[in-house]
Amino acid sequence: MATLSELDSKTLLVDHGLPVLPERSVPTADEAMQAANALGYPCVMKLSGDHIAHKTERNLVRLSIGNADQAFRAATELFGAARPDDGDVTVLVAPMVASSREFIVGAQRSPEFGPVVMVGIGGIFAEALEDVAFRMLPATSSDFDAMLDDLRTEALLGEFRGEPAVDRGGLVAVIESVASAMVARDDIVAIDVNPVLIRDGAPIAVDALVELA
Amino acid sequence: MTVDLQPLFEPAGVVVAGASTHPGKFGFATLHNILTCGYQGNVFATNRGVTPDTPVEILGIDCLPSVRTVPDGQADLVYVCVPAPAVPELLRDAAAVGIRAAFIASAGFGEGDDADGAAIGAEIVKIAAELNLAIAGPNGQGLVSTPASLCAQFVAPWPRRGGISIVSQSGNLASGAMNHADAGGVGVARAVSAGNSLCLGVDDYMAWYGADDETQSIIAYVEGVGDARRFYDVLAETSRSKPVVVVKGGSSSEGAKAAASHTGSLATDDRIFDGLLRQAGAWRAPDVGAAFGAAAALGVHGHMRGPNVAVLTNAGGWGVLTADALEPSLVDLMTLPDDLHAQLDEIMPPRWSASNPVDVAGGETRDTIPAALSVLAEHDEVDAVLLLGLGIQSNTASLFRAGRFADEPDIERICAFHERQDRLYAQTVVDVSAATGTPILAATELAIADPANPGPATLRENGHPCYASPRDAVAALSALYARGRFLGALR
Repeated sequence: MATLSELDSKTLLVDHGLPVLPERSVPTADEAMQAANALGYPCVMKLSGDHIAHKTERNLVRLSIGNADQAFRAATELFGAARPDDGDVTVLVAPMVASSREFIVGAQRSPEFGPVVMVGIGGIFAEALEDVAFRMLPATSSDFDAMLDDLRTEALLGEFRGEPAVDRGGLVAVIESVASAMVARDDIVAIDVNPVLIRDGAPIAVDALVELA
Repeated sequence: MTVDLQPLFEPAGVVVAGASTHPGKFGFATLHNILTCGYQGNVFATNRGVTPDTPVEILGIDCLPSVRTVPDGQADLVYVCVPAPAVPELLRDAAAVGIRAAFIASAGFGEGDDADGAAIGAEIVKIAAELNLAIAGPNGQGLVSTPASLCAQFVAPWPRRGGISIVSQSGNLASGAMNHADAGGVGVARAVSAGNSLCLGVDDYMAWYGADDETQSIIAYVEGVGDARRFYDVLAETSRSKPVVVVKGGSSSEGAKAAASHTGSLATDDRIFDGLLRQAGAWRAPDVGAAFGAAAALGVHGHMRGPNVAVLTNAGGWGVLTADALEPSLVDLMTLPDDLHAQLDEIMPPRWSASNPVDVAGGETRDTIPAALSVLAEHDEVDAVLLLGLGIQSNTASLFRAGRFADEPDIERICAFHERQDRLYAQTVVDVSAATGTPILAATELAIADPANPGPATLRENGHPCYASPRDAVAALSALYARGRFLGALR
């Protein structure tokens, strides 16, 4: 089993319609700083590589980077944290999205059920809430839409803490893009798009991981 | 592909193979149940003790020495109680005399780690394919088919005839569902205990029920589905023609925790199964009682056209609890539209609640409840009506009748009036829901606390369910709404 880098995972899923941020993949700390300057602050940096599946656990994410100095320092740290078995690595530089709601969208191929797609409440409470809905693949747009009705905390889809309601069609499109990739490629074992953040109501995928057989 | 189960559920004749003279044995009880429940086809029994010199008679049936001696073409189904090693030969003999289906009650076909049993099981699978036999079981209780008056099982119950068909991977939950049906007013068409599903699985029975004219709704109890994809396909196909209610046992077991992906760690089998059921249009119930409640409503009323529920009650408390039960459900306590409010104002006592729940507050006259049921059910925006308090007048009557003053003048007259009123209310539920197509459900604890009460009893006599609590009725309404949504039949 192999994982694709975050960059390659996103590239694969963007072809199926996944909405992502404009981000740059750069090989050095200098270029990371330049990219950050170009994208503007605050920004986010992450170490990306084919063998990096657990960025958060390995502390390979830097949030709320506010200026060029911080950008250079963050990128230097990230490159320094790379391990030999990570293979070729780059730093991804992306704008920081402020969002109080997170969703998780994923897919997996299970021996019993075959390919299935999932949507759920993401964020730090995801595994405590365990509020998720599944469908067998292939499925229809109305199946994907109905998944959102299955969530117990459906209220998170409405207006929330001064933010507009989630663009339901947009979130369904995220599910559909993951499902579409899963159906198109037999060699995909699992997909994780986590988190999907909500910016002005519009869902946007901030991280993605594709596992291949 | 749907396997033809006609010979299993509508056999022209039945053979009990391994019939016994001992009332404690399966081979006795099954023969007894077939003979006592009114089956009109040919009944044969075999007993290995039969020789030309030693006849064996059980319950008036002269036993044959083997299935081979059953007259050719006189039976379609053999109910098998003989030990596993004798079954393969028995099945070949059965096919030779024209039998097309078997229910194997015996165990010992490799259910555990028994290699010899597994070999016999494998041979039976081969025989089934080779001789085109529909083989149910093994290790199951049997089957029921009320349209054929057939009770081919070694256990009770023998339920009233109705539209619910049941398939269960647990024999006693098949019995459990049938017990609910008998008590709950809506009867059973077919029921089968799938046993270990050597040949026929839950999906095969579901598929056949889906095309069966006697079946109006289906209850399936499953613990494991061998091929989840096939189960899904069959369930989705069946749901298009008949509502299916599924109870899943073993849902508390955790799925495998995968390391790399969050999806993997959240993907328990039960959650995926839940999605599968929703996608296929099935309704999931937490237990057999709730499954019966949903299947009864679905079979009798079909579906709701929207989420709007009007509650009609003659006392406040029931209405309050019903409103609470509706809040987290799929259906809504509707706001009464102005025109409906005005219509109700004309027929209701002055102190009515003037809102939903429509509470007559004890001020009803002879015709208030029937008139209100009609007005509510006929309104375009009312998708279902829930009647609370059915039977309380008869409850009053029953204490009058049991009391010391039963012979006082007028007591009998008022008792008869009370009971007539409850019968009228129940009959109105039946008639108005049929005339308008608007589901009307009734909930009263008297359904179980006093089953003979004329209110619930009249519903049962008409093949309608009567729910024991508002919560149970609301769960059934949710199933009706989900069905309407699945069918694309919402307003």
